[in-house]
Amino acid sequence: MASESGPLARPRSPRELFVAFTLLALQGFGGVLAVAQRVLCEQRRWLTKEEFLEILAVGQVLPGPNVCNVALMVGDRFFGWRGAFAALAGMMTVPLLIVLAVTVAYSEFALDPAVAGALKGMGAVAAGLIVGTGLKLMIALRVNPMGVTVCAALGAVTFVAVAILRWPLVWVLLGLGLLACLYAWKRLGAVAPLVNPQER
Amino acid sequence: MHTSVDWLGLFDHFLLLSLLSVGGAITVVPDMHRVLVEQMGLLTETQFNASIAIAQASPGPNVLFVAVMGYQAAGLAGAATTLAGIMLPSTTLALVVARWGHARREWRAVQAFKAGMAPIVVALMFATGWILTAKTPGWSHVLLTVASAIAVWRTRIHLLVLIAVGGILGAVGWV
Repeated sequence: MASESGPLARPRSPRELFVAFTLLALQGFGGVLAVAQRVLCEQRRWLTKEEFLEILAVGQVLPGPNVCNVALMVGDRFFGWRGAFAALAGMMTVPLLIVLAVTVAYSEFALDPAVAGALKGMGAVAAGLIVGTGLKLMIALRVNPMGVTVCAALGAVTFVAVAILRWPLVWVLLGLGLLACLYAWKRLGAVAPLVNPQER
Repeated sequence: MHTSVDWLGLFDHFLLLSLLSVGGAITVVPDMHRVLVEQMGLLTETQFNASIAIAQASPGPNVLFVAVMGYQAAGLAGAATTLAGIMLPSTTLALVVARWGHARREWRAVQAFKAGMAPIVVALMFATGWILTAKTPGWSHVLLTVASAIAVWRTRIHLLVLIAVGGILGAVGWV
């Protein structure tokens, strides 16, 4: 993927952030995460995959919608609170108007089997988009100081706990997350402490 | 339609849910159901479920289902109340924490957090896909999910094209 190498770019203004996040939100049916990764890392090239994963990790651990937290943090990183506000407003404003319009229209078409079928098909694809984005981000784990084997094991346990056993996310993040962070802390101490895994 | 809406109670409750919504607003749906449908009686069961379906079928972040619930419960003012309530605490917290962490990004503890959480975050994406797929009975939609996952991973097909294909396959009844 040649177009993914080379230097990163950065947005020129909060206005550009607003437009970029509006456009990416409008492409996100059934969730914006897949689009956000593609636009921010591959098209606009404002973030590396590793940076995206880091920001997503913080957004994931904190309460609140993950993609909104991501927008906020990306905007803040480039233009402070103005950028944060611009990115979040871009993510929310136009989609909010659309979803309210759809709500008004919904009562007319809710019982149409073709509409119900289309929603089901779009839902299945939306689930696939999230899984595919996870597959893409796996490559960022290669440089993880915990090593590939431990990452795979942690991932497998997380998946079983959340998807199969349906444990509450808070406990998974607190329990497994704490274990993982402690192990990463230990590993970071074992290797040379000044080596930054996401050197740019 | 609704003559007496307890605006402050509604707003307060969503402020609280915002701080509990680790993993996104969808994780506190059971409690929204308890308050909006059972306690306050602002929404019917059907309206409640439709709110989530509408937001998922519309572009934009899934958290907008909260605005749809507010709108169905009490019009535009209701949408503003619930959405502001669910967003204000979590966004403020995210901004504060992100700045704290970014200013200390060379700290071993901050790096350990990022490294430790990375595989868990990736696994959560797989779990989300699994949960969304497994709750619907049948197999044809699972094939569609797997195919679109591979398409996202390995190709540069536009995501909207994939969504459109899914919508068409579903509309003609193949999913």
